[in-house]
Amino acid sequence: MSLAEAAVRKTSADAQELLPDRFAGWFAGRGWRPHAHQLALVAAAQAGRHALVIAPTGGGKTLAGFLPSLIEISEAGAEGLHTLYISPLKALAVDVHRNLETPIAEMRLPVTAETRTGDTPQHKRQRQRERPPNILLTTPESLTLLLSYPDAAKLFRGLRCVVLDEIHALAGTKRGDQLALCLTRLQAIAPGCRRVGLSATVAWPDALRAWLATDANAGSVDLIAGGESVDAQVGMLATREQMPWSGHMAVHALPEVYEEIRRAGTTLVFVNTRAQAEIVFQELWHLNEDNLPIALHHGSLAREQRRKVEAAMAAGRLRAVVATSSLDLGIDWAAVDLVIQVGAPKGVSRLVQRVGRSGHRLDVPSRAILVPANRFEVLECRAAIDAVREGTLDGDPPQPGGFDVLAQHVMAMACAAPFHPDELYREVTRAAPYADLGRKDFDDVVAFVDHGGYALREYERWRRLERLPDGHYKAVSPAMVRRLRMNIGTIVEATTLKVKILRGPVLGEVEEYFALGLEEGDTFIFSGQMLRFVGIREMTVEAVRAGGDAPQVPAYVGGRLPLTTHLAERVRAILARPARWHELPDQVREWLDIQRWRSCLPEPDWLLVESFPRGRKHFMVAYCFEGRNAHQTLGMLLTRRMERAGLAPMGFVATDYVIAVWSMKPVGNVQALFDEDMLGDDLEAWMDESSMLKRTFRNVAVIAGLIERQYPGERKTGKQVTFNSDLIYDTLRRHEPQHILLRATRRDAARGLTDIERLAGMLKRAKDRILHRRLDRVSPLAVPVLLEIGKERVDGEAVDELLDEAAQELIAEATDRRP
Amino acid sequence: MTAAAFDFHGAGLLADASGALYWPAKETLAVADLHLEKGSAFAANGTLLPPYDSRETLRRLQAVLRRHRPRRVICLGDSFHDTDAAGRLPAEDAATLCRLTKAHEWIWITGNHDPDAPADLGGIAAREFRADRLVFRHEAAAHAAGEVSGHFHPKASVPARGRAVGGRCFVTDGDRLILPAFGAYAGGLDVRDPAIEELLGSEYTVLILGRARVHAFRRSRMLRVEAPRLL
Repeated sequence: MSLAEAAVRKTSADAQELLPDRFAGWFAGRGWRPHAHQLALVAAAQAGRHALVIAPTGGGKTLAGFLPSLIEISEAGAEGLHTLYISPLKALAVDVHRNLETPIAEMRLPVTAETRTGDTPQHKRQRQRERPPNILLTTPESLTLLLSYPDAAKLFRGLRCVVLDEIHALAGTKRGDQLALCLTRLQAIAPGCRRVGLSATVAWPDALRAWLATDANAGSVDLIAGGESVDAQVGMLATREQMPWSGHMAVHALPEVYEEIRRAGTTLVFVNTRAQAEIVFQELWHLNEDNLPIALHHGSLAREQRRKVEAAMAAGRLRAVVATSSLDLGIDWAAVDLVIQVGAPKGVSRLVQRVGRSGHRLDVPSRAILVPANRFEVLECRAAIDAVREGTLDGDPPQPGGFDVLAQHVMAMACAAPFHPDELYREVTRAAPYADLGRKDFDDVVAFVDHGGYALREYERWRRLERLPDGHYKAVSPAMVRRLRMNIGTIVEATTLKVKILRGPVLGEVEEYFALGLEEGDTFIFSGQMLRFVGIREMTVEAVRAGGDAPQVPAYVGGRLPLTTHLAERVRAILARPARWHELPDQVREWLDIQRWRSCLPEPDWLLVESFPRGRKHFMVAYCFEGRNAHQTLGMLLTRRMERAGLAPMGFVATDYVIAVWSMKPVGNVQALFDEDMLGDDLEAWMDESSMLKRTFRNVAVIAGLIERQYPGERKTGKQVTFNSDLIYDTLRRHEPQHILLRATRRDAARGLTDIERLAGMLKRAKDRILHRRLDRVSPLAVPVLLEIGKERVDGEAVDELLDEAAQELIAEATDRRP
Repeated sequence: MTAAAFDFHGAGLLADASGALYWPAKETLAVADLHLEKGSAFAANGTLLPPYDSRETLRRLQAVLRRHRPRRVICLGDSFHDTDAAGRLPAEDAATLCRLTKAHEWIWITGNHDPDAPADLGGIAAREFRADRLVFRHEAAAHAAGEVSGHFHPKASVPARGRAVGGRCFVTDGDRLILPAFGAYAGGLDVRDPAIEELLGSEYTVLILGRARVHAFRRSRMLRVEAPRLL
């Protein structure tokens, strides 16, 4: 649904009627006229309505969120805390605070505003609980912590308004689940409290309204469309170079990207992975003859480094920043003239948000250029441009909330005050993510919090809750309260190691698996520099700066998103309509033409499968277009089947578009191979064993409070006992497969794995609609995936196979006669 | 599950993929660091781990006993997570264990977690056990030869396709052999950690336990030290 179609509640009220003189004067004094959505929010507040403002970044919607509160406080005065502002990012809370101080100071309003985050000093936090400001700006985690104190009721009793920023980024995540639960407690303490949500454009505004509502009902929240949206000019880079067959780095196009940067004032260069960020940044510096100030920003860099880049950007000292999704959210930079997306965008909503980071001076259209890295990405970029033009978005509406988050919330509530299960159940089910929570599941969660909730052997002596005679529960000891507060939050970081220059600075962090794959002398790119690996000491990767151009180890991947269904459908539609190919670059059109001549093109309702011999192997390539994750699962299921059929499968590789499997013997009956029952047969067995489920379980176990968090630095000193959650998972799965934490794990896996649903949908469609082409050699469309072979990282299931392979490499090394 | 055969100090041994060591000539099976009732030991501090670790450890032990049918079983110490652990064993698990100790010649080597052998679970206690040229003890001693021990919970990783793959392992330099921990909740320490590496000669072999097979690697093939991570 586009914004234009959405139910927009317009206000015709005149600014003069809604704004007190002091405010009207302030707007006028600045030469501004209040935006319609700002006035609409004031009107909603006066009517006592909850409201959701949907506007592109930089539409002045954050100020709009505070406007009613500023008016209320300055007109009627406020005792203590009046308005709570929640942001997903600490830095954003700080920035919004700074912006809020301007109108407060200029209008001399009797309003106090302060931030509270993990960085706030202890004495200030203590004081804030005793004498709170009128407006407190904080994060979901800090709010949870505040609500776990016995004085929470006193602190929030007079709360009139909650402003929730960037809620499109929170709803549907575990942080969002936690925030939604906290809101139900705030509502219980301060029933008259109004909610204001601020969101970027989403495909599911009604689900977001329900998420924001106090009764999980979309109808009780007004929808306000903000920020006169300006059309974006999105184009594709028409490269002069040969368009690559595969790869994701778009190195071929970077000289032209550099030209664009030179021509524009300030450019944001978005990429999809940290590896792309490193390589694109490195290449741009090679090309940077004019010595333009170009910086790098991604989530693995040291925080100080990122802050420095953000500050330089805000001050207008940079010409370009190469960034990953680490800059998708956050502070507005009005001065960005151009957004360049290197690599296919993977999803339309994200592209729209990224494009929206440019041209914030209203009535200047946003300008963006897409830079495809290979031929398939050309199709994807073309599809994305169509989608932006037609205003269609993708993304899934928020799913039901997690049991693990609920467990943490139950414990937090037990720390604040004794709770009665009946009352707490009623309270939490007011949150949209838990509106459908069954009483049995709730009771199981409480039992888990209390004594672990194990069916076969109860921990009678060791409990975390004490049951009072009137049926209320409270935390059994101060030690349990401390434990909860130490472990609050739903972000579970992967185990990371710092990257440090030997006798030099820390550059950032990499995930453990990457660090452990390095061998002495290996070179890799990190933080825009070529480094040589020296060793790992005390949880730190030590490296020295190295020369040379080509790293031996591909850079750190990090954060790869699969293609959305919406975009995949558009790509398929382009392929199926040769009449539209004139919109594609010549090289790509020729590639498709030869494919049509040599084999055929995938059609929307048919699954094209090609098979051909190559070397001594037989290849099968299926054009499923269901995204990389779904294809990996499919590859695993197909090879299992082929193994049973005696075809001796040897491996598979998946991209966002296709899956290729190779075997010793050719596949005969493709239709049977792709039978729908594949999912029933093997999927469950595989799922339970998969590293994906183990990772999910680890997160669930930490969030639910089964095992404690690891804090960097404490691991080494042994202050904290850490557990290998895989061992716990294996044991629990065998002896109590229906335990609440395993149910939570499977639910999460299913919600993260819409990929399985995509797979099921694809197999259903493919029933009797498989077009099998036997070819004598590889087809043009199959070339890109074959080029990916060997570059793919394999997931943890195939331990024995990988170990065999490692041993084989050793043999090859040992028997190699070359000097 | 399969096992890897190797010679150690004149004895033909099998490294079982479960982590147990079998010596066919002597019909002797050894397992290290069962850490029974580790789960309940943590419950007292509010870490309510699933209380099924003893059951799981015994289940795996029964499976390997069925596979090799030994006459004698040697538990290389730290069989119980703490001195009260035997008393906390659920009745069903205690009964299973009694059946096993009765059916075999059962030797409890004492360890730092369990300095005394359990009173009423059968088996006999010893600080060490000798057979032919091999000696079995809990923790490696100075200047040992032909020594089979546990205590360190060794694990190892090797690079494969740009990442680390590995798991629990046996490690031997020809004079010593250290077994992986067998207990369901017993974690591991990387063999490259000085605590283990200082005991070994300059070259050694690890036998990494895969899912169903055992894989041998020389020291030079392995990865740098991973920080001690898991207990």
